Amino acid sequence: MRSRAWRAFRRHRLALLGAIAVVALGLGAALAPWIAPHDPLRGSLGERLRPPGHRGSSGSPYLLGTDALGRDILSRILHGGRVSIALGLVVVGVSLLIGVTLGLVSAYAGGFLDAVLGRVVDVLLAFPYLVFAIALMGLFGPGFLNLVVALAFKEWVIAYRVVRSEALALKHAAFVEASRAAGASPFRLVFRHLLVNVLPGAVVVATLRVGWVVLMEASLSFLGLGIQPPQPSWGVIIAEGRDYLFRAWWISTFPGIAIFLFVLGMNLLGDGLRDALDPRLATERLPE
Amino acid sequence: MAGYLIRRLIQAIPVFLGVTFVVFLLLWLTPGDPVEILLGQTGPITAEEIARIRREFGLDQPFLVQYGRFVVRLFRGDLGTSILHRRPVAALLGETLPATVELTLFAALVALLVGVPAGVIAAVRRRSLWDMVGTVVALAGVSLPGFWLGLILIVVFAVNLKALPVAGRLGFGTGLEPRTGFLLLDALLQRNLPALQEVLRHLIMPALAMSTGMMAMTMRLVRASLLETLGQEYVRTARAKGLPERGVVLRHALRNGLLPVVTALALNLGALLSGNMVVETVFAWPGVGRLVVQAIQTRDYPVVQGGVLFYALTFVVLNLLADLSYSFLDPRIRHGRGE
Repeated sequence: MRSRAWRAFRRHRLALLGAIAVVALGLGAALAPWIAPHDPLRGSLGERLRPPGHRGSSGSPYLLGTDALGRDILSRILHGGRVSIALGLVVVGVSLLIGVTLGLVSAYAGGFLDAVLGRVVDVLLAFPYLVFAIALMGLFGPGFLNLVVALAFKEWVIAYRVVRSEALALKHAAFVEASRAAGASPFRLVFRHLLVNVLPGAVVVATLRVGWVVLMEASLSFLGLGIQPPQPSWGVIIAEGRDYLFRAWWISTFPGIAIFLFVLGMNLLGDGLRDALDPRLATERLPE
Repeated sequence: MAGYLIRRLIQAIPVFLGVTFVVFLLLWLTPGDPVEILLGQTGPITAEEIARIRREFGLDQPFLVQYGRFVVRLFRGDLGTSILHRRPVAALLGETLPATVELTLFAALVALLVGVPAGVIAAVRRRSLWDMVGTVVALAGVSLPGFWLGLILIVVFAVNLKALPVAGRLGFGTGLEPRTGFLLLDALLQRNLPALQEVLRHLIMPALAMSTGMMAMTMRLVRASLLETLGQEYVRTARAKGLPERGVVLRHALRNGLLPVVTALALNLGALLSGNMVVETVFAWPGVGRLVVQAIQTRDYPVVQGGVLFYALTFVVLNLLADLSYSFLDPRIRHGRGE
């Protein structure tokens, strides 16, 4: 008994820690224009490649150092978080919308539509995530909106599969049959009764996917196929530091730590949510 | 078994066709004329020249004809010709493949060597400090950008400690003759121990950078699966017979517990193979990933097309193998629900 309580406490504590990390980084990003100590885009050429803690000539410190153009890394990370986190949320949000709608319709309608969507999903799943996104970004060119399309193009499949299988299981549940017998329209059946029941599972999965999308952004921007510099995103800053690894390790190191903390926080939070909302989903899930 | 095999193979056909179609479509839609890009690199050319190149690459044909030719050529193993290198894409892929496979398998080995024992310890010492540390470390492992870890490793081990080489597969002056393309194998075959050491020194950082995710997943999978089998009746029976706990865990529980792990890992190998694109770029590893990334940056369409196709088909084949291995190991699957 004691061990179970300890386990629950521990689980909650980890989820809480995750939430703290996510909220802290999220707030930092949201408030970046007001709290960033320096301009993220304009550097001072007299302060290039300064190490963390360097105090500038104007007296204001560069807590995490500066890059090759004399821009403050901390300010760039705060502003970059706006882009990286927003991308994660938008991509997962769009994918959730598409995946839940198609998943419900597919499960309810069955037949031809379900079969066609099933094949489409099979084909999309055959492409490794990063390869597919890289190919699409090569096609679209860099930019925030292009990234959303390139990532959501495959991401919706995750929600679709979870929702479809849940909805299939519920399709003939007593409460659905009862409501059908009572004369509810198919629209009402799907978007009221089924939706409410599949949503918790979909939300849990979505939470676990935000971090993944942030990681993808970093990879793509690192290759020059994501966010376009000079606009900062976490991936862009890491890429900018790559040529200075020998002289200025801090440029690439700190944005990576920001990514790590955010993704870890998101995963802890998602795990906690999963345990709380939907214990049936408590299986090991691969990120691909 | 044969029936199941055939059924799965037939199911793979539409996926295969869909994959080739999407790959073809991707590059057909690409803005910018490949001929112009070619011209940009070779200087001024006449209009007849342009027309000739268009014919040569079949770019003057309608969409479906181009797609049809693409699939037919595929079956002959012809992936087209690189615009940049002026060489067959299949040859370029063939040359870079061993480097990628070697790195991927080595990374998988690292992941298993750490992940399986860690998972076993976490399951056996459930709810201990080990278990908790393992859980958090595993979550951290999947939360790390692999290429960033690669950069950090470079800073620590190459720049500061000067203990490991920054990039590449092999330094100069080892006297190693590349024959198979798998340098570890070459070094072993030629009994060249200094070269073997060199190859390993080059492998370790990129492999480590790639393996964290798989390591973490292996650990969590082994833990979960072992916990389940440890609760089974036959394990209780084995214990009741008075068998030593070590034997019960390793022989009875782990052997059965590894079943789902095998499948998941085979699936993961595909993810690992493609996830290494960025890591290869970081370490200037002359593999398929770097080839494709460079091709995208230089708009060398045929190479991109070939590379993406290569990744997708490898992924499909690995999935199929994972499915088959699972059904081979667990007869309930092939005899049970045949959808």
